[in-house]
Order: sequence, then C-alpha cells, then structure tokens
Amino acid sequence: MSRPEIEVRGLHKSFGDNEVLRGIDLEIRQGEVVCVIGPSGSGKSTLLRCVNLLEEPTKGQVFVGGTEVTDPDVDIDAVRRRIGMVFQQFNLFPHLSVTENLTLPQRRVLGRDKATAARIAAENLARVGLAEKADAYPSSLSGGQQQRVAIARALAMGPEVMLFDEPTSALDPELVGDVLAVMRMLAREGMTMMVVTHEMTFAREVADRVVFMDGGVIVEDGSPEQVIGAPSHERTRHFLSRLLDPAMAQVEEETSDQVGK
Amino acid sequence: MTDTDTPLQPKKKGLTRRQKRTLSRGVQYVVFAAAVIAFAVTADWGRLRNQFAQADIARQMFPDVITLALKNTVLYTLSGFVVGLVLGMVIALMRLSSVGPYRWLAGIYIEIFRGLPALLIFIFVGVAVPLAFPGTEIPGGTYGKVALALGLVSAAYMAETIRAGIQAVPKGQMEAARSLGFSPAKAMISIIVPQAFRIILPPLTNELVLLFKDSSLVLFLGVTLEERELSKFGRDLASTTANSTPILVAGLCYLLVTIPLSFVVRRMENKAQEAIR
Repeated sequence: MSRPEIEVRGLHKSFGDNEVLRGIDLEIRQGEVVCVIGPSGSGKSTLLRCVNLLEEPTKGQVFVGGTEVTDPDVDIDAVRRRIGMVFQQFNLFPHLSVTENLTLPQRRVLGRDKATAARIAAENLARVGLAEKADAYPSSLSGGQQQRVAIARALAMGPEVMLFDEPTSALDPELVGDVLAVMRMLAREGMTMMVVTHEMTFAREVADRVVFMDGGVIVEDGSPEQVIGAPSHERTRHFLSRLLDPAMAQVEEETSDQVGK
Repeated sequence: MTDTDTPLQPKKKGLTRRQKRTLSRGVQYVVFAAAVIAFAVTADWGRLRNQFAQADIARQMFPDVITLALKNTVLYTLSGFVVGLVLGMVIALMRLSSVGPYRWLAGIYIEIFRGLPALLIFIFVGVAVPLAFPGTEIPGGTYGKVALALGLVSAAYMAETIRAGIQAVPKGQMEAARSLGFSPAKAMISIIVPQAFRIILPPLTNELVLLFKDSSLVLFLGVTLEERELSKFGRDLASTTANSTPILVAGLCYLLVTIPLSFVVRRMENKAQEAIR
C-alpha cells in the first residue's frame, strides 16, 4: 500500500487573527495508528477536525483515501461516511435508544433496510461489549459506556479511518480502561486510526507513530520509543515531564512562550 | 449604600428585625381581611346573583355551549395552531438559514406580526383581503379564515420559540450527525428538530393556551349561527336574555380547558428541570 490513507499538506487554520495551525504536513498509512499529543491549545484537535472538514482549513490540502477533502466540489457527506469520528463529549443522540443511535444513521445515510441496520448495530454493540445495553437510553449509561456506544455508532457505518478527539478526557479515571481496550482491539484489527490523546501509556503501547504538536506545528514525529521514550526536542521533554509528573511542575509565567529557551 | 447602616446585631432601641417582619405580615393580613369584608358588605348579592347565576338561563345553554361553541373554539384553535406551527417552523429555519435574504425576510415577518394586535390581523384577513383581492376565496370559509389569521399571528411567536429550541440543542449533536455523513437538512430533520421540540414543548403548549383565548376574535369575522364559538355564543345569549349568566358560563368553559393545560405545562417544566439536574 503506497498511497497514504490520510495525507495533510501545508495545512493552515486561523480563527480570526488567531493562527492555530501554521503549516502541517502529515501522512498516515493504511492500518497505521497515530497518536497526536501536545499541550492544550497546540492545535491537535483542530488538526483532527480538519481531516473530516468539521473545521474548514484556511490553506492547504487534506486527502482521505485518495479523495481531496478540501476540494470545494467534493461530496463531503460521502467522504465523511468513510471517516468515523469519536468526540470527547460522546455526542450520542439523547432522544434515541442505544440501538437507534446505531441504526438511524445507517438507514438515513446509507439507506440500509431495517433488518440489516439492526443486525449491524447488534454486531457492533457486541464488539464494544455492550450488547445488553441495546435498549437503554444514553442518559442511563456511564461515560465509559456512552463512549463505547459512540465508537460502535461510528463503526456501524463501516469506516475506513477512525478519528478520536480526546476520547477519554471526559471520563472518570476508572472508566478510561474500557474505552482504551476497545480502541486497542480496533488497532489490532488493522483500523487506520488518528488519536488525539493524553494517554501516554496507550500511545506508547498501541501507536505505530506519535506526533508531538506545539504552537500549531508538528515538533516531533516518530515511533513511540523515540518521541515519548527519548524526545529530541526540549519542548517535547518539557511537555512530557509535566504530563507524567504534574505535581513536580513549577509555577511559571506564559509557559508556552518560555519553553525551550 | 454602605454596610454601616445595616448592623448585623440588633440595636438596643426600636423593634428588632424579627418584630418588624411579624408586624409587616400582620398589617398585610389586616388589609386583606378588610378588603374582603368591605366587598362582602357593599356588594348587592341579590342583584349579582340575578345577573350572573340564573340557573335556568345557564341550563338552557346546554348542550349547545359544549357541542357547538366549545367544539368550534377547539377547532379554530387547533387549526390555527397547526397553520402556525408549520409556518413557524418554516420561518424559524429561514431565520437560521445561511442565505441572508431568507434571514431578513423571516426577521421582518416576526417583527411585524409580533408587533400587531391579533384583532387587526383578523380584520385584515376578514375584510381587507376580500376587498383587496376580489374573487379570491380563502378555502374553508370561516374555518379557513380563522386558521389563517390565528396561524399568521402565532407563527411569529412560534418561529422565535422554535429557533431558540434549535439553538439550545448542543453544537456537538450537529457535528456528530455531520460526521456520520448526514447532510445538513437530514441532520436537522432527524437529529436536531426532534430534540428541539422536547425543549420547547412547554412554551408551545403555552402558545396553544394563548391561541385558545385569541380564537374569540373570530367574532370580528362575522360568523353564522353554526360557526359561533364560546365568546360569540355567550354574548349573543347575554343580549337576548338581557342577563350576564351566559358570559359567566362561557368563561367557565374557557377555564375548563386552559387550567388543565397550564397544569400540564407546569408539570412538563418541572420534569425538564429535573432532567437538567
């Protein structure tokens, strides 16, 4: 497979005067799991959201599966069907039951018939270990369960790529493991995944590559052993030390501007 | 205002805060009791009873007051509500449109119809339209006219309610739907609007209560005997019998519907409050 599944070229994104992404180039091969890490405000979520065009890039190109997402004439709805997205806040549809959360998009978007949609929904709920919650409503589930339903909902559409936007950041610590287990399973099955996360253990263990972003650019890009184990940049080291041992952090002014001096 | 003139400790002289509170409440009770007694003493009970509570006149209103007048009131209200809901939905979506002229048009509509008295709209529909466009007939006769007039008025209010409801649905819902491949229109219809309606059910029911009362304005369209609703029915009988009892009975019929509806609205609001907590 020579063609990258996700390709980002010279991507810029500004919100008004605030330039969040300042020239990103990134390739993700088929079946690759890439974790994007970095301090808050580094633009990592914005980068992820540019991949399925939830944010419109100011400049640059994004390709997914060979289709240019940033082409103004592209059928964006068709492209998005191939891209599963998992949000920090789950974003399940609260007025629908768990099963309906999975069947409604299949039926309305893919035009699958009722029986097929129900079968695929049941399969995917079983994959994330929530078959017994099929008739529950999202509000009665724990955060971890809701996130697994959200993953199943994305999987039911048969995506080629999965994007995860801090999928465990809104969860209580004891619920993080179940969600990460599902993601690990997906990675093992060969799903192409782009994961914005703060879970260093997950990144170290599951990712094929780790990308460290700061100030809207990619600072470091390499294997987990390289980027997390032996970072070559001061900014990466600084970020990792604060993340791995928050209690040791010093009181600083304007952290992001002063690091690396 | 400084804190120095409201000491936390009671002063030595004068009433304490608690005594003042007791005194103030006592005065309020006395005023209320005095007002009730004054009314009871000065009112001419015999005359009032004669005017408002003549059992035989009340009895002769039945069953027509229910089978004809209340039925028509409900019919007018519901048809106006349906027209208003459909029109309001369209205007709300126009108001949220990315196309500028649609937004402006919807804004202008809302400002005009919220600013005009409902009575004026009824006169407009009943008198001005037939004069301005001779030969055009609003389908459905009086029923059509009432549905149109009530619909035009309520659409403006409902559009604002629906717009607020749509905007109250978290942004993540639209993002999730779009990420799954829903087109904007499909996402709106399948995901956003159903959630918005849950949010706005109480204010929409309130609008129904308002329409129920505004349906009395049909009086100004000129209706046949068969088309009379509660207010017209009560007024006609009041003038033929030269007695106010029919007005009272008609009023009670309105309350028969509006009070339970208000109760339902309050329950829905409490439930929604609990859901948030």
